Amino acid sequence: MHIMYFTERPYRDVPEDEVILNRSFFGVPNRFYDAQVGARLYNEYLDEDVYAEEVGFDGIMLNEHHGNPFCMGAVMNVEAAILARITKKVRIVLLGNPLPVVKNPVRLAEELAEIDLISKGRLVPGWVRGAGSEQIFNQANPAYNREYFNEAHDLVMACWTKPGPFRWEGKHFNFRYVNPWVMPYQKPRPPIWIPGVISAETVVWCAKHRYPYIGLGTALQSTVELWNLYGQTAADEGYMAGTENFGYLQQIHVAETEAEAQEQGKCAMFGGGAANFSRPEHTLPPGYNSREATRRLAKQATDYGFLGITSEKLKESQSSDVPHIGIPKPGGDTRDRLRKGQISIAEAKEKIYRNYQKAQDGLQIIIGTPKTVIPKLKLIMEVLRPGVFGLFQAQGPLTTQQRLTSIRLMGQEVLPAMREIAKGLGIVDPFEREPGSRPYTAGTQYDSLVDLEALKRAPKRDESVRV
Amino acid sequence: MAEWAEEITHVAGTDLAMIKGGTGKPLLVLHEELGHPGWMSWHEALAKERTLLIPIQPGYGKSPRVEQIRNVHELGMFYSWVMREMNVGQIDVVGFSLGGWVAAEMATANSKQFRKMVLVAPSGIKAPEGEILDIFAVTIGTQINATVFDIAATPEFRKMYGGERTPEQFEAFEDARTESARIAWDPILHNPTLPYFLEGVRGLPTQIVWGREDATVPVSVGEAYRSALKNTEAKLTIFDHCGHRPEIEKSAEFIKLVREFLV
Repeated sequence: MHIMYFTERPYRDVPEDEVILNRSFFGVPNRFYDAQVGARLYNEYLDEDVYAEEVGFDGIMLNEHHGNPFCMGAVMNVEAAILARITKKVRIVLLGNPLPVVKNPVRLAEELAEIDLISKGRLVPGWVRGAGSEQIFNQANPAYNREYFNEAHDLVMACWTKPGPFRWEGKHFNFRYVNPWVMPYQKPRPPIWIPGVISAETVVWCAKHRYPYIGLGTALQSTVELWNLYGQTAADEGYMAGTENFGYLQQIHVAETEAEAQEQGKCAMFGGGAANFSRPEHTLPPGYNSREATRRLAKQATDYGFLGITSEKLKESQSSDVPHIGIPKPGGDTRDRLRKGQISIAEAKEKIYRNYQKAQDGLQIIIGTPKTVIPKLKLIMEVLRPGVFGLFQAQGPLTTQQRLTSIRLMGQEVLPAMREIAKGLGIVDPFEREPGSRPYTAGTQYDSLVDLEALKRAPKRDESVRV
Repeated sequence: MAEWAEEITHVAGTDLAMIKGGTGKPLLVLHEELGHPGWMSWHEALAKERTLLIPIQPGYGKSPRVEQIRNVHELGMFYSWVMREMNVGQIDVVGFSLGGWVAAEMATANSKQFRKMVLVAPSGIKAPEGEILDIFAVTIGTQINATVFDIAATPEFRKMYGGERTPEQFEAFEDARTESARIAWDPILHNPTLPYFLEGVRGLPTQIVWGREDATVPVSVGEAYRSALKNTEAKLTIFDHCGHRPEIEKSAEFIKLVREFLV
């Protein structure tokens, strides 16, 4: 099993009241940004990654968001380039570069090739469509999101695998002379993994390309369905999917005692957590989702991940401010009522933190000592059997020491236990077995990708809880 | 009430839904970015003496998207092609919001295709003062509410958007917003070269109509249109206590103004 360390690299000094007043992390005015704090945090996060390597993690996962104190990784490739030099053996896993907002995929191919070369072949690039807010921030037309994604992907691949010079004349990108003089260290190209939230289109696309799919904290029940969709698509494509084709990311915080862990772990609720990543109008700009996806989202009440799309949120995007002339809307959610001044910030906070225990009950976040977190991780591993597992350091204003302690305890106790469990479950990772390397014979039984019996033991998520 | 009907014809290489109603000389009506709002009182009034031709923009309602149309200028070229194929000859045009921008683009390509032009609060020119509302970064509810100055004083607004919204209506709005984002996302709801080309418009009497309190497209854009249309007869009329929809907010005044202008 390949175990990665991940943090969003939050700007931890953002005033929580401002996040709540703004009703999301995205769009908090940047007058609250302090360069001294930023400088300290970027360096701390790089140090954390080095420490994670020391304590035994196999990979460091990075991600990218823009204009958002939730994640400082605005230019992830810069951090990756530094890690390429200051780490020794961990894989540098980028989940992922937001292709639709990249204006020059040829330059992206060059940047990633440089990172792969400096790290001597430790890069694992990945691609994402980018959250809705990334389209807003980067002026990337959401109505062309899928088209940009597909064409940028094909162009990067061509840069890495097609002998140059050649001309690229596509629908969205035109390059007269593609002949990069920097090519990846790994041949024929670096392995590619794709993270996702709940998009079935993305899962099918991954399966067709034989790219491992990494579920970002999605509810187990719906993740199981996605895994099976991947497996079926793989079979249709003529190969057998297995544990090497899947990964999962779990938010977690570990401390020495249960009391400490429970107190510190409340940080994950800070500012409303990932549910307050961005407001509905920024989460779902026009055309960002296919019509099918929008319909599905409306139905999937329990499904949400780090981008915070809940059925409640979707409903809000549909109905907020609808002119009910002369007829006041009954109720409304916290966000809505806060905006209208019907409740105070203190009340909004109280409502957010009230869900802390429910968030743990539903495994949105795992908090505890090594002894108490391991059984929960084991359950996820049993259900999903992922070859790649990302441990996501809890969000919010944890102290540096609390974060380092969590990493140390993971390395000392959690990782060895997870490796044992993985061995017992027969889980292999994408480096042990090439994803898509096992042919599938039509009509035969293929590997069970998930454990439906274990799923019965899994708690059901409370859809009203938004972390 | 005037008879109107929607029919789908094959024109300009695609199926195109078109609403036709009324009697008399044809009048081309180019709808706004949220689509055809339904048959309103101003339709009814104008239809008494004109046959309204209201093409449903490709990507809206029953008109399939035309992938080759990738900006508003190309949408104008498309409609010019449609008008040529329909053999309507020189025609009068009324365009609303993004539809007004389309009419202006058509006029820059060939001002002779129109006899008279009415532009109702068109986007298309970068606002010299204020900003065009970024309709793509607000909720549909915010967008709709921003279009009128006084909701309570605008009964036809209730007819258009009041009451509970069904999933089907939501999808229709999302389709509309997606299609308008596709062609007008960047630059934000304007064409930087439009003012220059508008100077080339000659011999096309133009009535520009605006609401003083327009919170969607600032009234400064109206002044910019009038300045750019300096080589033709162009008049800007601004209604007080009025937002982005003079046709329903100042319905009587609007109908009178347009009827007299189109004589």
